[in-house]
Amino acid sequence: MAEPTVMAEPTVMAVFAEVLLDPERPAPPGLVVRPGADPRRRLAVYRNNVAAGLVGALRVGFPVTERIVGETFFRAMAQAFAAGHKPASPLMFEYGSGFPAFVADFPPAESVPYLGGVARIEAARLQAWHAAEAPVLGLPELAERLGGGAGDAILAVRVEPHPAARLVASRHPVAAIWAAHQVPGAPRFDGPWQAEAVLVTRPADEVRLRSLDVAGGAFAAALLAGASVAEAGALALEEDAGFDAGSALVALVDAGAIGKLKGARV
Amino acid sequence: MMTGNRRPGPEPNAVPARAGVGLKPPHGSAILGTRPDVGFFEVHAENYMGAGGPPHRLLEAVREVYPLSVHGVGMSIGGAGPLDRDHLARLRAVVERYRPGLVSEHLAWSTHDGAFLNDLLPVPLTEATLERVAGHVGEVQDTLGRQVLIENPSSYLGFAASTIPETDFLGRLAERTGCGLLLDVNNVAVSAANLGYDGHGYLDAFPVEHVGEIHVAGYDEEPEADGGRLLIDAHGSAVRPDVWPLLSHALGLTGPLPVLIEWDNDVPDWDVLHAEAMAADAILAALAVGPRRAGAGHG
Repeated sequence: MAEPTVMAEPTVMAVFAEVLLDPERPAPPGLVVRPGADPRRRLAVYRNNVAAGLVGALRVGFPVTERIVGETFFRAMAQAFAAGHKPASPLMFEYGSGFPAFVADFPPAESVPYLGGVARIEAARLQAWHAAEAPVLGLPELAERLGGGAGDAILAVRVEPHPAARLVASRHPVAAIWAAHQVPGAPRFDGPWQAEAVLVTRPADEVRLRSLDVAGGAFAAALLAGASVAEAGALALEEDAGFDAGSALVALVDAGAIGKLKGARV
Repeated sequence: MMTGNRRPGPEPNAVPARAGVGLKPPHGSAILGTRPDVGFFEVHAENYMGAGGPPHRLLEAVREVYPLSVHGVGMSIGGAGPLDRDHLARLRAVVERYRPGLVSEHLAWSTHDGAFLNDLLPVPLTEATLERVAGHVGEVQDTLGRQVLIENPSSYLGFAASTIPETDFLGRLAERTGCGLLLDVNNVAVSAANLGYDGHGYLDAFPVEHVGEIHVAGYDEEPEADGGRLLIDAHGSAVRPDVWPLLSHALGLTGPLPVLIEWDNDVPDWDVLHAEAMAADAILAALAVGPRRAGAGHG
């Protein structure tokens, strides 16, 4: 029997989806609620659930970014991101991967130029938290592999990064700012204002941050990308004439950034 | 099929007819340190689809001690398009790794045009929907090599296009696919208030022979313009007083089943959550002492 006023079923869902995602669209016909209730109010519940769910996922992933700008500002920023960026999969812990770039270019946050850098740290922490398990190279293994300090052996070393290792470089002291905002109402960061790189690792059951200076950041970036200690050290020397590649490698191993060494034993 | 070199997971352990709670990472040390007497733990499958790290370490440790239920929230079983095969493969990996006693999903959709909307959205209940949902449920069960339970939705609205009562729809889905049902009695309270029907009557019409698990949770309440109540399925508070009688009624119809306390937002201290589980266990224990006749739990 024909039911001319009732839409075909796939159309019902398509129309509902369109209306759900466009708050300007009025409620479509054919919504059923209890007698006396307003279908528009009920549609608003679904709209709010979608928006609040996405904003909530960002709040979980970026608590320090939120603390810096405050809940109201963060919510508006997150809503602006969510309006243009829907999750590509049901894995909500991956949803914030594009958020730091959005934050860095968010015009109302222009007066907080380090905000995008802090958000990048938080995105890196989230990635490190969920990264694959793998053994971490320890200092004894490094020493053994280098054969008890045979001079130049270290220079040829190349590494495989641990799967959780991430590096965030910024023109701002973002690790210090991140650390200064670990508790609500913390005093404003008052330390020296200098460029900084942040090494994010997960050597055991917790994510750790280690702050590196510009030369150390250049060394770590090159080494983790596949350069040898000699090649990475040469880049770092351009930033700091006194750079010591050996102790920088030890620091990376100590932080848990290295999965294993590769390349021939010299 | 399992591949030959995959590390065999633990044997699936049956989830008992007791109260369980959702596993929340902040409770990890309390749970592993004190081994509380809880029937089982349930996790959202999607939270364990990362490559590794502390989430998996916690779940492996908990799984060694407690029965486990895996509850998917992202499969979009009611979606208009085909299932996301990548996501289905991820669910299979979680199920193969942890061998849960129960696996469940929702009668809802959440993906549109390739975008995940992170909410459980309503489906019109028609013959065409039943056809499509049955296909999706069959595909999930074939891929996992096991039965899944499908949960009744919490609804803020329905569709004039719907032609099948929800209880009939779920019963036919179960008969057609061999799936079981997850009866969420908080969803019953929410939907009944929002759509204007009697929750106990809904339970009396529910195809209880297919139910394998029950959920309870706390809802939020907002006044509506006409003075009526809008109930929101919020999972952010204790179970509301009117939901416990619905649980008793449901268990009177189904017999003893696993009962999950769902508390996903504003998660309380472990002791508060555990007390909710003990309240549900008390209802299960009363049922065991004096089984009620079907439908006799209220009125």
